[in-house]
Amino acid sequence: MSATTFFGKSERKALIGPILTNNPIGVQVLGICSALAVTTRVDKALVMTAGVLLVTMLANVAVSLVRNHTPGSIRIIVQLAIIASLVIVFDQVLKATLYELSLELSVFVGLIITNCIVMGRAEGYAMQNPPLASALDGIGNGLGYGIVLIATAFLRELLGAGKVLGFTILPLVKDGGWYVPNGLMLLAPSGLFIIAGLIWLLRTLKPELQEKD
Amino acid sequence: MEHYLSLFVRALFLENMALAFFLGMCSFLACSKKVETAFGLGVAVAFVQVLTVPLNNLILAYLLKEGALGWITPALAKVDLTFLAFILFIGTIAAATQVVEMAIEKFAPGLYSTLGVFLPLIAVNCVILGGSLFMQERDYGFGESVVFGLGSGLGFALAIVAMAAVREKLAYSHVPAGLKGLGITFVTAGLISVAFMVFSGIQL
Repeated sequence: MSATTFFGKSERKALIGPILTNNPIGVQVLGICSALAVTTRVDKALVMTAGVLLVTMLANVAVSLVRNHTPGSIRIIVQLAIIASLVIVFDQVLKATLYELSLELSVFVGLIITNCIVMGRAEGYAMQNPPLASALDGIGNGLGYGIVLIATAFLRELLGAGKVLGFTILPLVKDGGWYVPNGLMLLAPSGLFIIAGLIWLLRTLKPELQEKD
Repeated sequence: MEHYLSLFVRALFLENMALAFFLGMCSFLACSKKVETAFGLGVAVAFVQVLTVPLNNLILAYLLKEGALGWITPALAKVDLTFLAFILFIGTIAAATQVVEMAIEKFAPGLYSTLGVFLPLIAVNCVILGGSLFMQERDYGFGESVVFGLGSGLGFALAIVAMAAVREKLAYSHVPAGLKGLGITFVTAGLISVAFMVFSGIQL
């Protein structure tokens, strides 16, 4: 990559690629844990997305900046220290601004540290690439993660409670409406089924992603 | 004693790390192709879990909690360092995994060759950090944290072995092209998770 092209092809690929064709959840199989646990409501998914996006981006930049000064044998612990510090900052900000939501997310904010997306991108991309491209890669992967997360949360909240972001879309029977809520959607396993459906959709549209036997 | 027993059963079945909270999903999906590897990873996770949760419990109680530093000088009795929990927990976990790896390599080479590849991965397994964070959130004592670590670690091992057993049989079935591999694994995990929900009816 030459220094003259500030926003060249590889930067664009770093940003756009992970959103669909190289989606962290659907294709790279990273960061599944939180995708299932925090998707009962759209607002939780939005906060989680913001957290992962910011942490991935900043961790990628930081790891990329020190990549030439980090001995290979201790790189994992260096990355973990950077990521954990960023997550602490995000957690403190969240507790100060959206306290109720931070209680509901409970341990899952802390678990951004071990979210494979953050570690995976720091190790797999930022260790070899300059800071700007790494930042874009972080944003791209954060967005790719966020799209799956928000889509799942949207379906679960809409079908499970008839609401989106707390606003009633489908009036429930018990409130005099017509919609009978699907209780399964509020239970944890439904996230697995919905993500399986999304993966099925993605791989039917893009047959080259299908796994061979 | 009864309290510890019910905590153990709850951590093992009702609040199963993999199937109720979906922690450790990455390794749960990646290492469950064969029962043998799944068993190796499950044992390694249980082992590290039972070590790190009580260790982090001690760190929390004697270093981080408000007033925990009072034993050095009374002047420090008002210091609250709980916000440092994340970074200290993950540091402890990384260090403990390293020590466990070296100890197993030295004293049990047979076990090392089975578990070897998984041990470094465990440092970034959400089950381990999740266990310590649940311990902090639920305010467990030292004895409780030992029991909780053992129960949740074994629960993960149980879940991943069950998953691998199902996936070995799945190899013989016809799966739609788009669902092959990852997709059908998700559906299987979902069904096992639904099956595990029967335990939520148990009153403890």
